[in-house]
Amino acid sequence: MLAAIAFYVLAAIAIVSAFAVIAARNPVHSVLFLILTFFTSAGLFVLLGAEFLAMLLVVVYVGAVAVLFLFVVMMLDVDFAELKQGFLSYMPIGALIAVALLAELLLVSSAATSADGAPIALRPDGSADVTNAEAIGRVLYTDYLLVFQLAGLVLFVAMVGAIVLTLRHRPGVKKQDIAAQVGRRRSEAVELKDVRPGQGLG
Amino acid sequence: MAFSPEVLIVLGPLVAAAIAGLLQRYIGDKIAMAVTTASVGLSLALSLPIFADFVWGEGHERVIELFRFIDVAGFTSIWSVRIDALSAVMLVVVNTVSFLVHVYSIGYMAEDPHKARFFSYLSFFTFSMLALVTANDFLQLFFGWEGVGVASYLLIGFWYHKRSANDAAIKAFVNNRVGDFGFALGIMAAFMAYGSIQYDAVFAAAAANPGMMFDFVLFQAPVVETVAFLLFIGAMGKSAQFFLHVWLPDAMEGPTPVSALIHAATMVTAGVFMVARCGDLFELAPYAAGFVTIIGATTALFAATVGLAQNDIKRVVAYSTCSQLGYMFFAAGVGAYGAAMFHLFTHAFFKALLFLGAGSVIVGLHHEQDMRNMGGVRKPMKLTWAMMLIGTLALIGIGIPGTQIGLAGFFSKDAAIESAWAAGEAGRLGAQYAFWCGVIAALLTSFYSWRLMFMTFEGRFRGAHHAEHSPGHGQEGHEEEASPAAHAEAHGHGAAHASGAAPAHESPPVMTGPLLILAVGAIFAGVLFAPYFIGDRSAEFWRGAIAVAETSHAAEGAEHGTVAPAHGEAPTAVAEAAHGEAAEPAAHHPPMWVLWAPVVVTIVGFLFAVIFYLWNTSAARAMARGPVWAFLYNKWYFDEIYDFFLVKGARALGDLFWKVGDRRLIDGLGPDGVAATSRFFSGLLRRVQTGFVYHYSFIMLIAAVAFGAYAIYAGMGAGQ
Amino acid sequence: MEITLAHYLFVAAALFTIGAFGIFANAKNVIIILMSIELILLSVNINLVAFSAFLQNLEGQVFAMLVLTVAAAEAAVGLAILVTYFRNRGGIAVEDINQMRG
Repeated sequence: MLAAIAFYVLAAIAIVSAFAVIAARNPVHSVLFLILTFFTSAGLFVLLGAEFLAMLLVVVYVGAVAVLFLFVVMMLDVDFAELKQGFLSYMPIGALIAVALLAELLLVSSAATSADGAPIALRPDGSADVTNAEAIGRVLYTDYLLVFQLAGLVLFVAMVGAIVLTLRHRPGVKKQDIAAQVGRRRSEAVELKDVRPGQGLG
Repeated sequence: MAFSPEVLIVLGPLVAAAIAGLLQRYIGDKIAMAVTTASVGLSLALSLPIFADFVWGEGHERVIELFRFIDVAGFTSIWSVRIDALSAVMLVVVNTVSFLVHVYSIGYMAEDPHKARFFSYLSFFTFSMLALVTANDFLQLFFGWEGVGVASYLLIGFWYHKRSANDAAIKAFVNNRVGDFGFALGIMAAFMAYGSIQYDAVFAAAAANPGMMFDFVLFQAPVVETVAFLLFIGAMGKSAQFFLHVWLPDAMEGPTPVSALIHAATMVTAGVFMVARCGDLFELAPYAAGFVTIIGATTALFAATVGLAQNDIKRVVAYSTCSQLGYMFFAAGVGAYGAAMFHLFTHAFFKALLFLGAGSVIVGLHHEQDMRNMGGVRKPMKLTWAMMLIGTLALIGIGIPGTQIGLAGFFSKDAAIESAWAAGEAGRLGAQYAFWCGVIAALLTSFYSWRLMFMTFEGRFRGAHHAEHSPGHGQEGHEEEASPAAHAEAHGHGAAHASGAAPAHESPPVMTGPLLILAVGAIFAGVLFAPYFIGDRSAEFWRGAIAVAETSHAAEGAEHGTVAPAHGEAPTAVAEAAHGEAAEPAAHHPPMWVLWAPVVVTIVGFLFAVIFYLWNTSAARAMARGPVWAFLYNKWYFDEIYDFFLVKGARALGDLFWKVGDRRLIDGLGPDGVAATSRFFSGLLRRVQTGFVYHYSFIMLIAAVAFGAYAIYAGMGAGQ
Repeated sequence: MEITLAHYLFVAAALFTIGAFGIFANAKNVIIILMSIELILLSVNINLVAFSAFLQNLEGQVFAMLVLTVAAAEAAVGLAILVTYFRNRGGIAVEDINQMRG
């Protein structure tokens, strides 16, 4: 019973805030609504018994991706005024397509009945008494090890790509050149000066 | 065999032409002229015995085969020299006139720098004409036909610097070509129907299958009529008959000897020769023969009406030629082939005489050709005047009917007219029309001939007394002078001016000599040869070389004389029919008025000419300003009509095909159209690539939704 | 009212639709597009986890984790591109990003 109420509440908030993401005029608002959508989705995951994934959602999506969005939104000096227009130009046909899409998806998902025709009930995970995290861990590091490594590679490539795209060499910034430091020769570094006692280098 | 006289006659001029044309640089003009003239003279000398053999001897017909030209799948053409009465007549005509013209040209073209080329062309022409008349099959005939056409083109456009000469040459050639197209079709039709192009084979096959029909898509046509008609189209072009006559007056752009040779005596008579040669066909094709008659008669009348309004002396003679050719054709059309050939024979003499005489006058007046600027030429040029007088009398046919007294034209022209009347009585198609046309044309002939004589020779000189000492050689006409310059300065023209005579001088003997010889022919050829061509001795003479129709004088002759063995079946059959019918008295003995009619109208024409051009010349001038005169002067506006319909029509058609057919349709639907359509549609499609990623994703989404809808729909049918 | 699989799928469907709509309904702000993509990926995640719970199979959740990974990577790179674009062009109006047009 409680689960049902929780579900409806979370679902409603999720959908509404998702719509607000695209409808908000201020991009900062859009990002914040996105964060709210993520949170409610995490809640839905918890209801499904996938609490590890829910945490993952919060940590990675909200903590990293959404924050990144926020950084970029703040960084780009965008004029808000001209952002207001343009939303409605595709409204009619876009809405039509969206409604059609939704109808199709609903049609398909409502037909997802079991073989004997009864609606599918969701059974909480009761097969074993392990936590979700441990259960995932058992599968991830054994059956899907290679995939896991590949995921790591994907992240790595993304990181390199992001750096390559955005790194700018500013002139005048002092950096260390390790190779040069290590390859320094005495002739460049040391200079003998004959200094008379009592007088400095001057 | 290779050098038998007959072969020499035909090929000699060709060799001479080649020598004079190609080697002129090495041998010089004098030798070139000598070689060509001598070669034609030799041909003449060898032709005379052959002709004499037919006239007074037994007449040995023979065919000398030279080499096999084409022999493919039944189409055989063997280069031959065929000698029979018909070709013997033509040999004499061609060689005589050609030789005399060669001699005349030595004087006439004395100042021209391109003499050798001229003589080479003349000899080449002679060769082509001889090949034409001695042919034994249609292909060689056609070869000669085309050859004389080429020679005509070369000679008309001899002074190629003159734009008008070039235009005239092209006009002549193209006009000929139109006729030649029909001619070629006729030959092909004959081959298709009868399987051969040899004369004897074709005539025999035609006689054996009179009812054969051609099967066209929509209708049938009798073979003989079709072939005869098509062949006559060629004759119409070559002989400048009505509708295809427009080239003849313009051909006067060539030097006068050319006009005398080609456009009076020989080339234009090739059509008559061909019709006579194919007489067997025409006798089997009454409609085609009727067409020949009508066209010939119309031409005779038409050309005479136009000739009487011309001011250029050469044009008058040219139209006279055209008119006389009409006589020959209508005589042939009514079946009087002997009369047609006889008129051809005599006409060659007096028409060449008239042309060469006119040339003499032109040169004597320093290239004045407009008769309005002449007058009073008789006194300084008595010999020329006498020659032209003889020619005129011969042309108009002065003589006493019923007797043997008369000049050449009297016998031949009257024979043509009488044959037309007789054929009309016998019901032959178009013959009555031909008779009346012939009589009226005789009146006009007399009128314009005397008009020419009076305007040129009588009265006071009307031209400008311009200096005759100007140098320069080359073209005839009003631009430059090409007279025998030796005489130009040597005459006292001052005295001439005072007496009203023209400032002219007589031509040198090399030019007047041929005139004399031709005059002899013009006087005596008629009385001497009438019996052989059309009279009692005609059957012996012709010996079947030409067809014989029931209503002609030759049939009369055949009745009285012995019938010689003929070639093919038809002529004998016809001659026998003539025997058997005990032919109607009316056909053989025309009533008196028919015999006297030509003479009477000739005198009437003479009187009119005297009135207008001797006594009351101002009346002539007034007449010349009238609209009827303008109509005649402009040749019934034929050139303008042809230009409007044919030339402009062809251009319009060409433009239509080019601009609409080619550019709009073919190019438009083809390359240009396809390319333009591609561009258009690619221009439209290009707009799908907007560059906006969200557009692309939108399209993807739409596609996904569509696929999903289809899948759901399909699934719904299959599932629940 | 029992919460069935269909309910979760409905939520996912709605989020997906909103995300898709957001992509092309937005001409002025590229960041909104990127966020819409995140929404789409989120909806996919919900779908996966819901099915995993239904089928008592952890593969769905593993897959959801990988999707998460990829979403994060893609967000990072996308934003890097955006930053570079902004540096070069000075604005992020989507309407101006049409240099690949035909």
